[in-house]
Amino acid sequence: MTDVSPHDIEQFSPDDDVPRAPRTMLPDDWGMLAGSALAAVGLMWTLFLRLLPVHSSVGTWFLTWLVFLAIYGYVVRQVHGRLAAKDRIVAAALSSVALILFGLLLLIVGYVVVKGIGGITSAFFTQTLEKVGPLDPETKGGALHAILGTLMQLTMTVIISVPLGITTAVFLNEVGGRWARPVRTLVDAMSGVPSIVAGLFIYSALILSLGWGFSGFAASLALAVLMLPTVTRTTEVVLRLVPGGLREAALALGAPRWRVVLQVVLPTARSGVSTAVILGMARAVGETAPLILTALGTSIVNNNIFKGAQASLPLYIWGLIRSSDGGQQQRAWAGALALITLVLVLFTLARLLGRPRRRDGVEEHGTVTSLAGLDAAFDRFHLSGERASSMTYDTADHHHDRTRHDAAPDPDPEDRP
Amino acid sequence: MTDVLTPAPPEPELDEAPMRPTVKPSGGDRVFLGVTKAAGFSTFVIMAAIGIFLLKGAWPILQREGLGFFTQFEWNPSVDGGSFGVAAVIYFTIAIAIVAMAMAVPLAIATALFINEYAPRRVRPGLVAMIDLFAAIPSIIYGLWGSAVAAPHLVGISDWLDTHLSFIPIFRSTSNSYDGSTFIAGCIVALMIMPIATAVIREVFAQAPVVEKEGALALGGTRWGMIRTVVLPFGKGGIIGGSMLSLGRALGETIAVALLIIPIFAPHLSVTERGSNSVGALIAIKFSEAGPRELSALIAAGITLFAITLVVNFVASFIVARSRSGAATEG
Repeated sequence: MTDVSPHDIEQFSPDDDVPRAPRTMLPDDWGMLAGSALAAVGLMWTLFLRLLPVHSSVGTWFLTWLVFLAIYGYVVRQVHGRLAAKDRIVAAALSSVALILFGLLLLIVGYVVVKGIGGITSAFFTQTLEKVGPLDPETKGGALHAILGTLMQLTMTVIISVPLGITTAVFLNEVGGRWARPVRTLVDAMSGVPSIVAGLFIYSALILSLGWGFSGFAASLALAVLMLPTVTRTTEVVLRLVPGGLREAALALGAPRWRVVLQVVLPTARSGVSTAVILGMARAVGETAPLILTALGTSIVNNNIFKGAQASLPLYIWGLIRSSDGGQQQRAWAGALALITLVLVLFTLARLLGRPRRRDGVEEHGTVTSLAGLDAAFDRFHLSGERASSMTYDTADHHHDRTRHDAAPDPDPEDRP
Repeated sequence: MTDVLTPAPPEPELDEAPMRPTVKPSGGDRVFLGVTKAAGFSTFVIMAAIGIFLLKGAWPILQREGLGFFTQFEWNPSVDGGSFGVAAVIYFTIAIAIVAMAMAVPLAIATALFINEYAPRRVRPGLVAMIDLFAAIPSIIYGLWGSAVAAPHLVGISDWLDTHLSFIPIFRSTSNSYDGSTFIAGCIVALMIMPIATAVIREVFAQAPVVEKEGALALGGTRWGMIRTVVLPFGKGGIIGGSMLSLGRALGETIAVALLIIPIFAPHLSVTERGSNSVGALIAIKFSEAGPRELSALIAAGITLFAITLVVNFVASFIVARSRSGAATEG
């Protein structure tokens, strides 16, 4: 920033008829980056593998990274000055940390796929573990009982939590009154209930106090306790996005309130609500802790959700992975792959449903594509109250970017001197 | 309410809907109001039921051990009809959560900034979707990967920390064995809570006023200067909110921790030393072989965890509400 060489002035002279796009890297910039990286790797290689007898792969790479940042900062400082050096170091550090994390998380998914794919045979979907011991070959036995159990429990969870959650959201947003605030606070508190506590609650209430015994239904109730606040919170956010004008128009036409809600508000928010429900399902399907206390798990098919222990995919994995036997572990990894696939399918479905779209010339409101982002959105709406009804919510950031782009043709001005 | 003789009707009492006519609700509306109110009150019923039934289940052991349940370290079902104390488990639960937070929050801030400010515009929606997907991956998957792949590497790092940084008490290990430690569990839990923290923090960072960001750049600030002076101060509430949300998750994490730790009941200061524990893992591991008295103790441990997470959540919403109102500088 402080030293501007004649070379730079020539580069940015107004005669240059091709304007440089902001935030592009010039060949020198790439050179500095690559050179520093090479220097760091070379230095550490010499130091650790040639001179010192230290071999800790992760630690070495971490030190190499620090050395790289130091060299890079020094080089940029020599050319562009102190401010630019600081900026570049931060940019390099943030980007590399983020990319490593994305890589690591992809690695987890990839590892499960690689480990589990060998166990996905036709037996996995058609057989159970009823007559399978640790010594049986891996081709024998499967997770049919677990898959059926998971599907039944998930369906029952949806049947319990979705109507209740949506009605509660309608109460919070369409009815209101002086009880709305405490209910909202409690729903918030409920969303923080740890999954194992939900399991303990159902165990203590149904199994200890009422003596119902372990069952898939008990598991569904525990999962419903976990899913209910998710459905309520997300639906409330979505309902707030329905324009007030629609409600007022319906009321002005003489519709009673129940018809306004059932025929105007809920249909308008349909895609948002269904996305919220599916994302809630994606979270509930992988819960293991409450199932240990409620469904217990078994190795046979149990088609009666109300009676007797029932298996599920998370319990299948949990039961097998702690075995020291390779075949049992292989089955557990196959179960993990099936579970991750189920989550992926639900997630993709939610995104497809939640995509902003126009139908019959009417734009649907209340598009939500992210459950995690909703926590932030919820807090925002929570606090800004009135403003909410006129806002559109789009986690994919399209909207922000578009408006920003319209307002300023060059939204990210070059910060490089 | 309305009187025919009064010339001016009173102001409608409903606070936020001035358009609503003040007529008596029709029959259908009365049913509608009744049903929705019942649904709203069911939240009270469920939360009260959680408290009541957990207390009921925990009562025998709380009566037997008294306050000692919260101060004793020992958890032994076999001596003298059982001796149960939850202090060590609570200590380790909090230690794992702190280790996880110490790693996850800076990483989440870095990732959120990368997605919003550094990543090319075209890939941004894809990265946001990936973060949401990672937040939805079940914890048992993280636990499986952690114990199969990450744990050996983390043992190596623990060894390095113990050898070179043993002047810091938390890295000093008295035995030279590092598996199943607080550090290992904390690292994997950090990886698990990182996506949810990133999602919340990124969402708030994205709300930073564009005008102020452009102003900072137009004044000659570098990109980092702009982030430091506009985005980070604006997003303070989001950072706190995201952190507290993930702290709640980390405290309640069960299965991943149960797969990673070697349960012990003697607390030690070192995070790298062999053995750790957590309330969730304790319940998941001990449940299947517990007798009636130990079951009651497990429920009592669960209610302790419940109380801690409730406090964390309330403190979080309080802090977020306060800092958010101060940070809302947009016009």
